[in-house]
Amino acid sequence: MKILFKTLKSWEGFLSFILLIIIVVNTFNSESFLSIDNQINIFELSIEKIIIALIMVFIIINAEIDLSVASMMGLSACALGWLVESGSPMILSIVLCLIIGVLGGAFNGFWITVFKLPSLVVTLAMLIGFRGLARVLVEDRSIRVFPSWFEALGQQALFGPFPLSIILFFLLLIVVVIILKFTGFGRYIYFIGINQDVALYSGINVSKVKMYLFIASGFISALAGILFAARLGAVRGDMGLSFELDIITMVLLGGVSIFGGTGSITGVFLSILIVLYLRNGMSLTNITGHVQTGVIGVLLILSVLIPNVQKFMQNYLNQSRK
Amino acid sequence: MNKLLQKIRPERLRELILLLLISVVLIFFASVIERYLNARLFNRVSASVAIMALLAIAQTLVILTRNIDLSVGAVVGFTAYFVGYQLSQNQEITPLVAILMAIGVGALMGGFNGFLVAFCGIPSIIVTLGTMALYRTLLVEYSDAQTVLTVNLPQWLLDIPRVNILSFDGLNLRLMVGVMIAIVILFQLFLRYTSFGRKIYAVGSNPEAASNSGFPNRKIIFITFILCGALAGLSGFMYLARFGNITVVAGLGLELKSVAAAVVGGVNIFGGSGSIFGSVLGAILIDLLENSLIRWLQISEFWRDAMLGILILASVAADSVIMKRFRRYRLKKQTETKS
Repeated sequence: MKILFKTLKSWEGFLSFILLIIIVVNTFNSESFLSIDNQINIFELSIEKIIIALIMVFIIINAEIDLSVASMMGLSACALGWLVESGSPMILSIVLCLIIGVLGGAFNGFWITVFKLPSLVVTLAMLIGFRGLARVLVEDRSIRVFPSWFEALGQQALFGPFPLSIILFFLLLIVVVIILKFTGFGRYIYFIGINQDVALYSGINVSKVKMYLFIASGFISALAGILFAARLGAVRGDMGLSFELDIITMVLLGGVSIFGGTGSITGVFLSILIVLYLRNGMSLTNITGHVQTGVIGVLLILSVLIPNVQKFMQNYLNQSRK
Repeated sequence: MNKLLQKIRPERLRELILLLLISVVLIFFASVIERYLNARLFNRVSASVAIMALLAIAQTLVILTRNIDLSVGAVVGFTAYFVGYQLSQNQEITPLVAILMAIGVGALMGGFNGFLVAFCGIPSIIVTLGTMALYRTLLVEYSDAQTVLTVNLPQWLLDIPRVNILSFDGLNLRLMVGVMIAIVILFQLFLRYTSFGRKIYAVGSNPEAASNSGFPNRKIIFITFILCGALAGLSGFMYLARFGNITVVAGLGLELKSVAAAVVGGVNIFGGSGSIFGSVLGAILIDLLENSLIRWLQISEFWRDAMLGILILASVAADSVIMKRFRRYRLKKQTETKS
């Protein structure tokens, strides 16, 4: 009983409670909400964002931020379109795009680890820079040149009712949980997030860990871009524009502190479900996309405001007791 | 040379480098584009800088206190639409009331950000990411996806961008540019010579020390956000006057451009150092590059954003490397002369 109470009081407990309310309201609004088809549909519509959110968890726990993910997604998708259009074979193009992701991530990491520039500035610059490169490649056209098997991979079920992207997401989720919970590397990430200087003096190669994280972030973003291209069947220069807002919201709402050091993958998974179900629920009741974005924005602020108010109340109560 | 280097302050050096960079850009483009250096270039760049510079100042104020405001673009969009809508509904609104309305709405939005950041203890990046989405939503809902059209706006507003203070051989100093220059000077003096201005630097460079010295940190941050919102509101009014047609995507992306201008201008993203002049020079450099790249026919105009990203990185890296050395050099020289 005591354990149950403790879980309810924790952030994950709070998120589960909100999630439960949203699920109840959604099922009440539409009977088909809980059906497998609808669930898969919900996941598929934002699959690229939630895949990137998984890697963003690492970066924010490490007390850094990567704002360039959405632009990298656009860049890799556009590079794919451009390569295929200029006659390169499909598989080779996909590999090249993933390499672009790795290079882009390493480029971010280089400025952050070698020049010790703040990641906020570096990735903000590359948010503009990668997007610019994407625009250079496809200009203002829309490229639709992919072979049918590639589009089918993005749009049709691969295994049972699940398309490739969802299977990839859950595989990645397992990998992320294992890395964060059970490996030394995961401990390093938390440790660096809590206190970088202490981590450095304890003999952790902070730069190397950061470099790995940013390379991974670039790689996963490029992968998400390819999946996005497969799902839509066409690429444009403004693909994934301002996705970073949604991605960061999911991570922060999941209880990961923007100052680093704390956060759990359970919380982030719950918050991903909350954001997805909330959007779906609002669509079911005919609320437009813009209002949905606004609601997510409010949610983001509330997610930090509520614990602060709670802390304030606790302090106040403790003081008045004395 | 050495004596000169000792006398110069790091901020000044930074501004001088920017001026040098701007002239290099001018000379470079003048050599590759025919009839590049003319009055039209000055007029065009100065008109677009007028809007950007105000946002750069707004962003600088907030960044100086170790915060960031990502909602300025949405504030510009909302105030531009709001004032435009009011003016097209009611032609009797006087210019002064319209400007005050824009500043007021902006200050209100900035105040909301500031309240959440200063008094609720939420990191500014989270607050303003949220309000960026929220204000944009307000704009979409308020406008009902309609557009403010130039034809419905009163004539005086449409004349504003064409009013000149000074005109010399086709070189026009527009009213909006004049207002911008006045505000730049005002804020530069405000930050350097008033006690409140110094407090803004103090809060940014060491919040704990500032609060131990008895500064009301929260109040200072709150007021900076209000100032930032008010400036963004005024900038929204200029946006309306310049473009006339305001859609729901007005001002999209200006938040990143304003951060870029401030950072290129040498404002430290961790607060506490930087100058208004610097960030305005940053805004000028960015706008100049944008306007010039469009006219450079050899490369596609789509390179603009890619170049901009690299420019920001390069300037921040240069700042961290060169300035660190320069400061160390100055410190060494100073201790030498003392002993």
